[in-house]
Amino acid sequence: MFLETVAREGATFFHLAPLAVFVPLLGALVNGLIGRRLGERGVALVAVTASGFAFLVAVLQALSLTVHPEGAVVPVAEWITIGELRIAWAQQIDTLSVTMMLVVSGVGTLIHIYAVSYMHYDVRYKGDPGRYARFFAYFNLFIAMMMILVTGDSYLTLFVGWEGVGLCSFLLIGFWYEMDILGRPSTANARAAMKAFVVNRVGDAGFLLAMFLMFWFFGSLQFREVFEKVPEVAQAQPWVLLAITLLLLLGVTGKSAQIPLFVWLPDAMAGPTPVSALIHAATMVTAGVYLVTRSHEIYAAVPEAQAVVAVVGGLTALVAASMAVAQYDIKKVLAYSTISQLGFMVAAVGMGAFVAGMFHLVTHAFFKALLFLGSGSVIIALERAHHPLPEEGGHGHDHDHEEHKAHGEHEPFNPQDMRIMGGLMRRIPVTGWTYIIGSLALAGIPPLAGFWSKDEILLEAKHLQPVVYGLLSAAAFLTAFYIFRQVFMVFFGQPRSEAAAHAVESPRLMTGVLLVLALLSLTGGFLNTPWFHPFGQWLEHTLKEVEALPFDPLVAGISTGVGLVAIGLAWLTYRGTFAWSRWEQDPLQSLLKGLFDFLQASWHWDDLYQVVFVRGYRALAGFLAFAVDWTFWHDWFHDVVVAGGFRRISRFLSQPIDLGIIDGIANGLGNSVQGLALTLRRWQTGYVRNYALAVMFGVVGMLVYILWAIR
Amino acid sequence: MVPTSFYVFLAALLFTIGAVTVLVRRNTLIIYMGIELMLNAANLAFVAFARQFGDVAGQLFVFFVITVAAAEVAVGLALIVTIFHTKHSVDIDAISDLKG
Repeated sequence: MFLETVAREGATFFHLAPLAVFVPLLGALVNGLIGRRLGERGVALVAVTASGFAFLVAVLQALSLTVHPEGAVVPVAEWITIGELRIAWAQQIDTLSVTMMLVVSGVGTLIHIYAVSYMHYDVRYKGDPGRYARFFAYFNLFIAMMMILVTGDSYLTLFVGWEGVGLCSFLLIGFWYEMDILGRPSTANARAAMKAFVVNRVGDAGFLLAMFLMFWFFGSLQFREVFEKVPEVAQAQPWVLLAITLLLLLGVTGKSAQIPLFVWLPDAMAGPTPVSALIHAATMVTAGVYLVTRSHEIYAAVPEAQAVVAVVGGLTALVAASMAVAQYDIKKVLAYSTISQLGFMVAAVGMGAFVAGMFHLVTHAFFKALLFLGSGSVIIALERAHHPLPEEGGHGHDHDHEEHKAHGEHEPFNPQDMRIMGGLMRRIPVTGWTYIIGSLALAGIPPLAGFWSKDEILLEAKHLQPVVYGLLSAAAFLTAFYIFRQVFMVFFGQPRSEAAAHAVESPRLMTGVLLVLALLSLTGGFLNTPWFHPFGQWLEHTLKEVEALPFDPLVAGISTGVGLVAIGLAWLTYRGTFAWSRWEQDPLQSLLKGLFDFLQASWHWDDLYQVVFVRGYRALAGFLAFAVDWTFWHDWFHDVVVAGGFRRISRFLSQPIDLGIIDGIANGLGNSVQGLALTLRRWQTGYVRNYALAVMFGVVGMLVYILWAIR
Repeated sequence: MVPTSFYVFLAALLFTIGAVTVLVRRNTLIIYMGIELMLNAANLAFVAFARQFGDVAGQLFVFFVITVAAAEVAVGLALIVTIFHTKHSVDIDAISDLKG
């Protein structure tokens, strides 16, 4: 076979790597420029092909790496040349970046396929061809940017991709910018997008400062050159490395939604569900984990920073998991879950367990994409039951509006609210079963993907950072609890609304993707079991650390046991709700009371930021606007100093100078001429004889003078 | 032969009479006569000196003066007629409109 031949003979496809960026970019351009005219099918074909091609390129890179595991640096273009400074855009192909490429383009392509159907059924879509094309243009642009991010051979190139995916995230969170998640006219989605963008800026500032420091002390931003100088700088100025690693961590907390900058991710759920799956679960948010892994040589030199990263990750894992317990929005649960799982990864890479972190990144991409897409399938199922599309023989939206008018102000239909779900297992079995598989994987039940990766992290944590081990174990308990709380609320018991009772299974295209991802979630863990770990060996070429710890039945047993106990507790707690046909008080709320509300409000973290930063910022802005700008600059400086001073100078110039001196000169001249004329006019008698006499006297006088002169 | 000084005295006398006439009389026509008298006094002096020095330049000047006097009389009389038309008088003091 062709590929085998290639692998045997050692031909490399490294030079094809730029295509992984340019083909999705081309897809984005095509859909962005002429997508409106291509129709839904054309747009979908272009987008899926572009993304699939990127996956193909990634696979070819992986094949080449099996022969040349050392990888290659593929120059793409001269980028910045200023005097001595030369920064080329080059792609670094090694096992780490190709792992990311495979995940991004592979899961990305699956989500593209899913979105083809999902976006069609989204009630907000309403057949606008421009919207459909725009969505896929953004999606392809995201893949291209993510490829730049993961293949860049310098921090600067990485940063370009980093900002590019941030932009796509902003564009896609605010995709329905003119409405809120219920489709009512509102700026809520636009505000959510803005929040994500602004919060990420805070992290990016950290990243930028880290790059400045790096450039100053290392003289380069290229990975290889920077890493070569790490021991040297560690000797001379250890604080530089500490500062760089902590500033990078700030960037990571922004992009990967860690404490303290995680607050944007729950709001990012305003985007369409495939966006949440692709960007805010599987790929973009893992960029921070990738960044730390990529910088492992720097982090390895600063154990203090490693401890900080690990603790931040562990705390985030626990805190976010606790928040997920009390959510009612099906996607919010998954959002907090994502934050929590990212915490696991960040903790792992912080401890130095880079392989474990990357492994969890990959498996998490599988099962969290599955869960998000499953939640999207649930949402669509409810929406289609509530107001079917016209082509499905319903009255569509008109019916909905009439209903609203007839009943006046009643609770708007929210297809993401788990309280109106229930009993969906019977209505949408494929979604249900795949969702349970994803949940088991997330809960870490063997032998699913999540078990192996989480177990590896816990194992490493037990050896490296016992405190973090405690945090993560507690988080693992909550994880299993909240995800099965969700499963029980959504799929078990009685339907708690008309829509839930009439939910329709999603089209084959969507369920097909769910099945593929379910398969990956079932088997993905075998990439790296304690006994057989090709994934670790694969990454070893780039990361060099790795000696896999021996399997510890105690750790595995505890984590499995904790997961099973949590599932059992969730069952006991929510068993009572199975008989309800309308949602009553949450059993957990009756149990925890105030604590539940505290968790539901996500520890009032947002409110804290609202008070401290938003209000503080507004107060500062108000102070600057009113006190400094208005009162000081406008009222005092402008009015008093500038205008007043000008008025005083002009008054001085006009009164004494202009009226006094200038006019004095002019009038005096006039007056004196007038006076002279008044004197002289008396000579002008008008009598000819007077003039004649004057002439005669004149002549006589002249004669006398002449005669006297020539005497 | 009558000495030149006699002519010069006569010319001076005529000139004085003419000048006084111009200064003291108010009738425009009389004033004109005074002017003519002064011109001719000058002519007389020219001729007298021409004879004394045997130089015809003096006589030549007299012709110029006569010509200019003729032109002056023509213009002057036209003026007087116009003045009489507007003022119904030839009194020189009546035309003092250019008084300052």
